[in-house]
Order: sequence, then C-alpha cells, then structure tokens
Amino acid sequence: MSPRKIKEFVIEKLIFLSGIASIVFVVLIFVFLLKEGISLFKNHGLGDFLGGKLWYPVSDPPKLGILPLILGSLLVTAGAIAIAVPLGIAAAFYIAEIVHPKVRDLLKSCVEILSAIPSVVLGFIGMVTIVPFIKKFFGIPTGLTALTGSIMLAFMALPTIISISEDAINSVPREYKEGALALGATHWQTLHRVIIHGALPGIIAAAMLGIGRVFGETMAVMMVTGNAAVIPRTLLQPVRTLTATIAAEMGEAVRGSDHYYALFAIGIVLFVISFIINITADLFLHRGKRR
Amino acid sequence: MRKSIAPRAVLSLNGALSLIGTLLRVSARPLISALSLICTLALIGGALAVSSTPAFAQQKAKALQIKGSDTMVNLGQAWAEAFSKSHPGVNIAVTGGGSGTGFSALINGTCDIAESSRAIEAKEIAQAEAKGVKPNQETVALDGIAIVVNLKNPVKNLTIDQLREIFMGNIVNWKTIGGANKPIVILSREFNSGTHIFFKEHVLRRGIAKGPEEFSPAALMMPSSQAIADEIAGNENAVGYYGMGYISPRQKVIAVAKDAKSPFIEPTIEAVKSSLYPISRPLYIYTNGKPQGIIKEFMDFVYSKEGQEIVKKIDFVPIK
Repeated sequence: MSPRKIKEFVIEKLIFLSGIASIVFVVLIFVFLLKEGISLFKNHGLGDFLGGKLWYPVSDPPKLGILPLILGSLLVTAGAIAIAVPLGIAAAFYIAEIVHPKVRDLLKSCVEILSAIPSVVLGFIGMVTIVPFIKKFFGIPTGLTALTGSIMLAFMALPTIISISEDAINSVPREYKEGALALGATHWQTLHRVIIHGALPGIIAAAMLGIGRVFGETMAVMMVTGNAAVIPRTLLQPVRTLTATIAAEMGEAVRGSDHYYALFAIGIVLFVISFIINITADLFLHRGKRR
Repeated sequence: MRKSIAPRAVLSLNGALSLIGTLLRVSARPLISALSLICTLALIGGALAVSSTPAFAQQKAKALQIKGSDTMVNLGQAWAEAFSKSHPGVNIAVTGGGSGTGFSALINGTCDIAESSRAIEAKEIAQAEAKGVKPNQETVALDGIAIVVNLKNPVKNLTIDQLREIFMGNIVNWKTIGGANKPIVILSREFNSGTHIFFKEHVLRRGIAKGPEEFSPAALMMPSSQAIADEIAGNENAVGYYGMGYISPRQKVIAVAKDAKSPFIEPTIEAVKSSLYPISRPLYIYTNGKPQGIIKEFMDFVYSKEGQEIVKKIDFVPIK
C-alpha cells in the first residue's frame, strides 16, 4: 500500500471511531447502571421500591421507597412546564413574528446567555431571592418548596423552548402566511389560526425537550426544594427529587450496600423516563419534517 | 457549599461529554476528527490512570492524599498548610466528599488518610480486609453539635427529650415548648452525612444505634451545614443542628440539658471537653495500619501542641 492509502485508511478509521464513540458511551453507561442497579432487587421487591412511601436509606433495615421522590420530580417538572411552556411559546412568537429585526438579535443573544448560566448559580440566586419571597408572599412556614424549584427550572427550560419553537415557527412555509394575509386575515388571526398549526409539532417537541432538561436538572433543585421525602399534596410543600437524592447521597453511600444499589436503581428510573421524553420529542420532530 | 464535590464532578463530566459531542459534530474534517479522537482517548486514559493507580502515594513518598468528612475538610486543610510549612517538599491534597467517600478511598488505596466524623462500619471493615487494608482509628478532635434557631425565636433552652420530639415531628408548634404560636420547620443534614447519623443515634435514639426512631419525613434535608445556617438566619420557624464550627452571630444557639433535672449548657469548648454538653462526638482519622513514615510525621503533628491549637482555631475542640 502506498503511504497515501495508509494515511487515508488511518484517517477513515479514526473518523469511524469518533463517530461511534457517543453510541459506545450511551451503551456503556446503560450497562453500568443496569449492572449496579439490578443488584438491589436481590433483596428488595420492585413494587416496594417504586411504590414504597418511606425513604430512610441509612436505617437498619433501610426503607427504600421512592414513590415520594418520583412524585416530587413529577410535581416540580409539571410546575416548571406550566410556567415555561406558555411563556416560552409566547416569547418565540414574539421573536419570530412580531419584533423589529434589530431587537430580535438582541433578544436572541439574551436567550442564549440565559442558557449559559450554570445551574448552581441559578440555584444560589433562587436561594437568596425567590425562597424568602415565596415564604413571605404565601405566608407559609418555609420558602423551600416545589414551587420555588419549578420557578428556577422554568428559567432553565426557557432557552430550549424558545429557540426550538422559534425554529419551528420560522420553518412554516412563507406561502401559508402570505395566503392568510391575502385572504384578509389580521396578523393575530394569521398567527393563531395558521402559523401555530404549521409549527405545532415543532412546538410540542420544544416543550418535550424542555421537560427533559427540567427533569434531569439537579443542582438548582437540590438547593431550593427542601429535599423532604414526603408525598407532596401541593406546590407549596417541600419535595425531594430523584436527581437531588442521587447527588446528595452518592458521596457517602457505603459501596456495595443496598443504599448504593438503590441510588443506581434511581438512575435507571431517571434514564428510562428521560428516554421516553426524548423519544416522544423525536417522534413529534419527525412528524413535523414529513409534512 | 461544602457538599458540592459530587455535583461538581457531575458538571465536569457533562462538560467533557459535551466537548466530545462538539468535536464529533465537526468530524467531517479529518484533521479535527483525529484531534477529537486523541482528546477522547486522552480523557479516557486520564480517567483510567486516576482510577487505577492505588500505588500512587507509595511511589512518590512525599505526597499525601487526605479525603473524607465534609465536617473536617477545613480542619484537614489547616493542618496540611501548617504541616507543609515545616516540611517543604511534601505535597498534601485535601478533599471532602463525606466520611463514606473517605473510607472507600482508603479501601481502594486512593488516599493515605481518611477523615471521618463517624466510626467505621462493620461492612466497611470487611471490605477493607478483603483488599488487604487494615483501618487504624485515631481520635484527633472533638465536635459539639449545636442546636440553632432564628434570632427572633424566644426559645432559649431545650432538653434532649424535647429535641427528640421536635425532630421526630411529634411537637409541631413552637408554643408547646414556650415559643410563639408558629409551626416548627425542621432542618436536617442529608441522610448519610456523619452529622445526620450522629444526631439520629444520639438524640432521636438516645444512644441506641439500631433503635426504631427516625427523623420526621417532613424534615427538610439541607445539602450543607452552610445551607442550614442561611435558612435559620432567614426563617423564624426553623430549627436545625450543625457542628459548632458553624456557630455565628446570625443564629441563636440553644442551651441543651440531658434531662429535665440537669442544667442547660451551651456548646462551648470547655463544656464539650468536660463532657458537660450532652451532644458531642469524636472526630477520627483513619490510616492503613499503624501510621509510618510521612504519615506518622503528619499524625505526630496533628497531636502536637501546634496541631491541637489549629483544632481550636477551626472551632473544634482539642483532645488535649
């Protein structure tokens, strides 16, 4: 083989390896999670784990019920989405359709900056501003609640939702808009009768990806939600999320104990839920493209 | 902020993965792709090197790895700084992560000295012996656990029994124990913090380690002692506990009595040293076997007058 061919061959293989690296990582991570997490179920039933209402991992024997944690994660996520989705979609419409092009660039770069703020920093800001505010505003015993977490997470989901929704709105064919306007529809009628229908799959995908971002977030949530493992009844109660549990306890779990395996099993639960969210988002994105 | 070790590791892992992702995206250009692969391999290689060199410390005799309890990380740092002054050329790294982290590092051979705010558990000893490590326990300082409330809270004194009822969730209003008609918000450290376990075993369970008592499920689990301090300073309903190193003028310290007949004592150095204050604990250092060489020199320093002076300066209680 000529040196040129050898060079070609080596580079080709290197590209191939780089290309499949992320697949390898995902598979390795999943196998590792599964291997460590499954060990829990030698001593504990799956039903007791998913449906148990008490989380006392370091007692003897440990009580490893993650129902409060699952509900905590779901509640915080639902709250964040209720805030971020309407706000994000409205902002996307404003940026894509209404605002003056010069202001648009400024707004877009601000959205990007928002997404670049580390979650620890957001959590810290939330701890010193929103936590006391929530406590005073609602007159409740503590400001460390699910709602506080939802507000912080809404900030984090907004950039994702805004950018992807805006893309979806921009990719609606120009003819639709022009046709609607030519038929005598006002700008508002065009927006909410025509463009939103064209952009809907993309907007739903944006919301799903926002949910994914929120669900997996750890640091900010751990700092502002109080982390009490009770089954939440309202948004104004402290909650403990799946992610915060792993982050807070992994450092001190005795390796090889049921507690250690339980944290990996929580990792599997998180992995499965994120996987479902991502697949749903993907389905909507592809549906949008086929049209 | 002291508990942030594990999350920080997660963040940097994310960073590394997204870096790889970014590099992969531009891998259409061969040179960059080759570079990305080298980066990737270097990252993996680095990770492997870190995790597979238990003999690191032995090879370079002049390096000490100290790891473990978050409570003790400042203390370890102060000792390390002073010790390096008298032993130039000795390189000491101190990291937190929790007592459990320290033990697993000692067992895996990735640290020379494990700091711990609790005694080693039977399970951990078994794991250590399986790897040929013999954990050796030394008591290096004492720590009083302070009970703190907001400055506006009129409550001054509590007995251990009252504390027990409060933290188990049986007393839910401050007026039951002589305060205002307000709900009690319980602040605790995370489940497996050494401080949390100590409080559970010695206050809730009255010294019976395997008792049935638990913290109220409604107790807020705070990620660090500093987070407890901040919430106490801003919330007049809250009650919490932490090592006496965190006592500051922004919180009110409660005087505690062993039982209704005993006097109420505040956590001071004298009270802890003389065992008058009822909630205090030893702080440990664990080594593999009896300390030798540079580790022994370090331990001698810890027990020296200067070392114990440092204990006092970091607001713990010296053993001598």
